[in-house]
Amino acid sequence: MTQQDNIREASQRMHASGNMGVSHRLDYTGSKMGMWIFLFTEIIFFGGLFLVYSVYRTKYALEFRSGAAELSLWMGAANTTVLLTSSLTMALSIAFLKNGRKGLSLVNQGMTVFLGALFLIIKYLEWHAHIEQGLYPDSPGLSSMNRGEIIFFSLYYVMTGLHGLHVFIGVGLVSGLLALTARGAIHPQDFIKLENGGLYWHLVDIIWIYLFPLFYLIT
Amino acid sequence: MEKEPLLRGFRIGTYVMAWMGLLGLTAAAVAVIRLQLTHFAVLVAIAIATVKSGIVVFFFMHLKEEPWIVKVMLLLALLALALIILLTFSDILFREGPDAA
Repeated sequence: MTQQDNIREASQRMHASGNMGVSHRLDYTGSKMGMWIFLFTEIIFFGGLFLVYSVYRTKYALEFRSGAAELSLWMGAANTTVLLTSSLTMALSIAFLKNGRKGLSLVNQGMTVFLGALFLIIKYLEWHAHIEQGLYPDSPGLSSMNRGEIIFFSLYYVMTGLHGLHVFIGVGLVSGLLALTARGAIHPQDFIKLENGGLYWHLVDIIWIYLFPLFYLIT
Repeated sequence: MEKEPLLRGFRIGTYVMAWMGLLGLTAAAVAVIRLQLTHFAVLVAIAIATVKSGIVVFFFMHLKEEPWIVKVMLLLALLALALIILLTFSDILFREGPDAA
C-alpha cells in the first residue's frame, strides 16, 4: 500500500463519518506539490548567490584560495557529517511514523533537532574564531585585505549566514512537528506536515552539500 | 482489517546505505582536495556534491515515488538555474577591459 492509498483510505473514513470539514480535507499530492514549488524558489534564491560566488571566484581565483586558507576544513567536514546524519534521522522519523512506530519516530525527530542545534553550535564557534581574528564585515583587519579576499569573506558570511538561518528555522520547524507528533496531531493516516518538514530539512542539507566544497575545499 | 506487515514499503538498510554513501563521498572529496590528486580537484569536488545531492533527492526526499509532474518541475527549476549561470558566464568570460574576468 502506498502513501497515497493510506491518505485516500483516511479521507474516505472521514467522509463516511461525516467529518469532512474543509479544514480536515486531506490533499496529499497538492500539499506536497506546494512544498516542492516553495523549494524551487529556495533553489533559485541560493542559486543566485552561487552565481555571484562563481563569477567572483573566476575573477579572483588566487584571493579566494588565500581566503579559504583561513577556514577550518575539519570544522566544515564535521558540520557536513552532522547535517548528513540529521537527514538520515529525519528520513527515518517519517518512515517509522508511517509504520505506526510513534516512539521511534519521536526519537529520530529529537535527534534531528539535536543535530541541527549541534550544527549551529559548530558554526557559532567557527564565526567566533574569525571574529576574534578580526575577520568580520567592515572590520579593520578585513578592510586591509585585498578586494578578492574581502569579497570571499563577504560571500562566506552571507551564504553560510543565510544557510544557518535556514537551519535555525528548520530546528524550530522540526521541534514543532515533534510536539504535533507527540500530541497525536501527526499520525500514520495524516503525516503530510512531517513529510513536508522533511523535504525542507533535506533541501537545507543539499545547500550545505554545495557550500562545503565551495568554501572549504579550495586549494 | 488484515494485519499489515511491520515497516511495510520501507527498509531501514536502504536509508543507512544512502547515509554511508554520503559520508564516503564527503571523505572522498576531502581526500581529492587534500592530496591534490588531480588538477581538476575543484570540478571533482563539485561533481561529488552533485552525486550527493542526487542521493538525498532520490532516497531521502523520495523523488522516485513522486508523480512525473514533480520530476518535470524539478528538472525545469534546475534547467532555469543552469541557463542563468550559462548566460551569465557567456557574458563575463568574454568581457574586455577593466570588467574582464
